[in-house]
Amino acid sequence: MKRLPIHYLAPAVVGLAFVVLWGVLVHVLDTPFYLVPSPLLVLRTLVHDAPLLLSALLVTLQIAGLALALAVVLGVTLAFVFVQSRAIEMSLFPYAILLQVTPIVAIAPLIIIWVHDPLAALVICATIVAIFPIISNTTLGLRSVDPDLAALFRLYGASRRDTLIRLRIPSAMPYFFAGMRVSGGLALIGAVVAEFVAGTGGTASGLAYQILQAGLQLNTPRLFAALLLITLAGVAIYALISTLARLSLRHWHESEMTAER
Amino acid sequence: MRSSDVARLTRSARRDLNARDEAKSTLLNATESTIGISIAVQLRGATKTYPNGLRALEPIDLSVRESEFATLLGPSGCGKSTLLRMVAQLSAPSAGSVTLWPDSASHAVAGDRVPQQRLAFVFQTPTLMPWATVEGNVGLPLSLARVRADEAAGRVASALQLVGLDAFRSLYPRQLSGGMQMRASIARALVTEPALLLMDEPFGALDEITRARLDQEIRELWARRSLTVLFVTHSIYEAVFLSTRVLVMSAQPGRILGEVRIDEPHPRTDAFRMSERFARLCQRLSELLARGSRAELR
Repeated sequence: MKRLPIHYLAPAVVGLAFVVLWGVLVHVLDTPFYLVPSPLLVLRTLVHDAPLLLSALLVTLQIAGLALALAVVLGVTLAFVFVQSRAIEMSLFPYAILLQVTPIVAIAPLIIIWVHDPLAALVICATIVAIFPIISNTTLGLRSVDPDLAALFRLYGASRRDTLIRLRIPSAMPYFFAGMRVSGGLALIGAVVAEFVAGTGGTASGLAYQILQAGLQLNTPRLFAALLLITLAGVAIYALISTLARLSLRHWHESEMTAER
Repeated sequence: MRSSDVARLTRSARRDLNARDEAKSTLLNATESTIGISIAVQLRGATKTYPNGLRALEPIDLSVRESEFATLLGPSGCGKSTLLRMVAQLSAPSAGSVTLWPDSASHAVAGDRVPQQRLAFVFQTPTLMPWATVEGNVGLPLSLARVRADEAAGRVASALQLVGLDAFRSLYPRQLSGGMQMRASIARALVTEPALLLMDEPFGALDEITRARLDQEIRELWARRSLTVLFVTHSIYEAVFLSTRVLVMSAQPGRILGEVRIDEPHPRTDAFRMSERFARLCQRLSELLARGSRAELR
């Protein structure tokens, strides 16, 4: 897909219109700032509280980043184990699903009790949230090998290792990146949710903790500013992973091809 | 050269054979092997039954001699691709045997599997790795066989030259037309200098014009390299133009109905395509095919 100016312009116009409408409505209706602060006030708070909020952002990003890395390493490893045999996959996959469907808020308190290091506890929670798309997509990708190409490799006497490195892994890459894009967002959500649960125990000072505190103090402008940072962080993570995918796949995969050949 | 002697011998043997009744040819094949003409592919009562009980192939007896261009012609579902895959050892026969170079002593020593480099397979689709360049794709069989990089580069270059793709070596498959992708696939098959080339409807997805050109090129390669080719197609015209022998198959159950020798000497040109001989051969083949489909209807 070729990036035209319209690709940037259209969403920018929508965003601007929304902010303007928000500002005008707050002004006209004379809403108190502790209910809905004006966009300008949010911006001012962001600048004023920058040291506090940015260090909180760093904590949250650290948790999300570590969780994503862990999810990639563990998820890909598990996917490799799964494709070794259907029996292994059949015995383990239901538990991966179980992990996926259990709400993290329900198990986070347990993990926080069990794991002493607060950072490690939060990373584990976020990893549990983020890992499933990587496992399922990479497994699917490793299995989605063109059967004729697989036959060709057999015909030329390729070793198991050759087949893995030169056929299965490249075939799985687009699937892996699709999973990673979802997991990037999930790692951030997992980090925030885990912080919320842990925050009541007073163990961390990430963005979620700031939101919680701001909410208790009715410091709504700071709450909005923190929310804005989380959103921006999510978009940044997505953009980063997309860039990574484009760099790895641009030569050959449909999803990253430019319009002209 | 020894191989050209073999080719000459084969050709003269072929002329002798044409004098006789084609129905006796399986018998004659056996005689030939005893008088010293090498057989490349031998099937004895080879059948294929799928686990669901469906019989893809009736027991097949078939010999393909070295430097022959043999074509399996038949409708979809007649098991011709299945047969080719059994020859490539990609699928084992349910009963009977498939042997490559049955007379070769080295083969007997080497055991069951034939040295991979002697065999090449071209699939219905180009089957290129989309993440690798043309050069990377063509070089795959060599790098899997751990051929030294500098030697491999030379062989890849000459294979690419052979199919006219030398200017496109660093492009990715997506950047090539269907015909060029097929050329890359053929270059990959030739890069190991195989003795036996198996082709499974390789040009079926191409337009008529490109197909005719590639047919011509494959024919040239066959003649120049003393290759043995076993070709699968459902096009009567392609079968007549390419082959030295056409085996007509029919579906349900898959079996060989009969064979027709195409005695036209090399080189075959467009004039042959327009000739009355060509038309007659096509007619004979379509009659055989029609007989098969009538049997199927009964």
